[in-house]
Amino acid sequence: MNNNGIDRNRRRFLTAAATVVGGAGAVVAAVPFVAALNPSAKTKAFGAPVEVDVSDLQPGQRKVVQWRGKPIWILRRDKKVLEDLAAMDSIVSDPKSEEEQQPLYARNEYRSVKSEYLVVIAVCTHLGCVPAYVTADEPHNLGSDWKGGFFCPCHGSFFDLAGRVFKRNPAPSNLIVPPHQYLSDTRILIGDDTGAVS
Amino acid sequence: MNSVTKLLGGLLDWIDARYPLTKTWNYHLARYYAPKNFNTWYYTGSLALLIMAIMLLTGIWLSMVYIPTAAEAFASVEFIMRDVEWGWLLRYIHAVGGSAFFIIIYLHMYRGMLYGSYKKPRELVWIVGMLTYFTMMGIGITGYMLPWGQMSYWALQVVISMFGAIPVFGEDLALWLRGDYVVSGVTLTRFYALHACALPLLLLGLVFVHLIALHEVGSNNPDGIEIKANKDANGIPLDGIPFHPYYSVKDLVGFVVFLIIFSAVIFFAPDMYGYFLEGINFAPANPLSTPEHIVPNWYFTAYYAILRAIPDKFIGVCAMGLASVIFIFLPWLDRSPVKSIRYRGWKYRTALIAFTISFVSLSWLGTQLATPVFVWMARFFTLIYFGFFFLMPFYTSTDNDKPVPDRIP
Repeated sequence: MNNNGIDRNRRRFLTAAATVVGGAGAVVAAVPFVAALNPSAKTKAFGAPVEVDVSDLQPGQRKVVQWRGKPIWILRRDKKVLEDLAAMDSIVSDPKSEEEQQPLYARNEYRSVKSEYLVVIAVCTHLGCVPAYVTADEPHNLGSDWKGGFFCPCHGSFFDLAGRVFKRNPAPSNLIVPPHQYLSDTRILIGDDTGAVS
Repeated sequence: MNSVTKLLGGLLDWIDARYPLTKTWNYHLARYYAPKNFNTWYYTGSLALLIMAIMLLTGIWLSMVYIPTAAEAFASVEFIMRDVEWGWLLRYIHAVGGSAFFIIIYLHMYRGMLYGSYKKPRELVWIVGMLTYFTMMGIGITGYMLPWGQMSYWALQVVISMFGAIPVFGEDLALWLRGDYVVSGVTLTRFYALHACALPLLLLGLVFVHLIALHEVGSNNPDGIEIKANKDANGIPLDGIPFHPYYSVKDLVGFVVFLIIFSAVIFFAPDMYGYFLEGINFAPANPLSTPEHIVPNWYFTAYYAILRAIPDKFIGVCAMGLASVIFIFLPWLDRSPVKSIRYRGWKYRTALIAFTISFVSLSWLGTQLATPVFVWMARFFTLIYFGFFFLMPFYTSTDNDKPVPDRIP
């Protein structure tokens, strides 16, 4: 393999070795560039759990808090609303909450720990808009059998008052129930469920 | 006088011995032979360069005042509008220039489809041009966010959420892109870096490669006839004329006409009645409330209408991506031996008309609320849109194309 004193095998080996080592170096060097775009320590700290006092919340009322920058709704539902939810089972796409859009302790017919309070992330599962809360009593144009729920203005998805998406809507799944726990009867900690009953 | 000329000539010789100045000038301008039959469509290339220069200049000036933080972005734009001398003009030129850039680029691409400019040997000119277009889309999206109004915020929230539709790693990718759990000041600052630095650098590089590739193969023309096939004894194309001064002067006329129209829009309708600057965006971003009707920039609304037409999140996002990427494959989808529409048969002509109507209709539908009737219309036009591309190998290979003359008539 010696041509004019050139050892081609040796040259090929050196080229390959330099490429492999150099390539590995390039990949390692890319790590800080990629990682620098991840949420920073400050951003993560801002995502710490938030405590909410719901003692002043009346039936039908909603409280909005921010957790990780996202709007969290705490909705107090009265008996009639809870009874109506069962009737929605036939028109929502995941009535039994089989898809994991909620912690295990909220995987029930009301999608909540206490049936009275619904805690959801108010971000549409389609493309991230905030839905509107439209009750049955207020003026609306969503039809006479509208029992109250959420309507996303961006691409027209409907959700019932347990955050379950209607069938054949752009949104693929139910609204997400964030991890949360009750510190007392009326104090909710959102974003942390360690020690909660599951 | 004579000694001055001599001195300048000497200087030129000095430079030419060290840098290919005269050579470059000749290769790209004075002895770049372009077909003699360019028409109005051929203004679009030089106009795109003009707008790029305008955007770079106004962009640099705006960046001297604009502050890319969630707390101050909105106020700093208002500051530019009210308190910076001539700031309103710089901002309006930049905002209207963004839309003008896309109008010209869409015409530029359409010119390529009319005259088969993507066909052999100009496939790379076309592909690099498409990459330039994608880079422009990136600049458009990131720039739309900077005023930090309600439309900026929610349009971006929707755009980034689309990445979340990708199975398995989509949500992590969206988180990585945002650098936060929702669109926030963190996202704004990094998108500003992309808009004002990374993407313009990429754009300049791509435009450079686009021109180098073009000058290697030579310009196409409205007849789609290769002028290099007929050269005189000196190797100069018989149907070619030097780009400079013939087309450089012609393009200057185009610049003047364009700037008249451009100025009229800037001074009399800078928001183009809500199409260039949306009313909703004059309210500051609010992460807790989505406006009732959000739309992307008008130049994305065709793709947006396709997204809304498809009742499945992932397939919808894929179709939207495909609708913009599919142009890259035109050189291979088109099987016709003829380049220009002038010698094409009825099949391609009909298909192109149908495609034009569907693209314009989708663009309009994308600006409207997604009512059931409009969604069905969007589905119909989406079908035509993709039909134009997917059926192209069949209708172009069986078309009744006319014979193409050897020389430009």
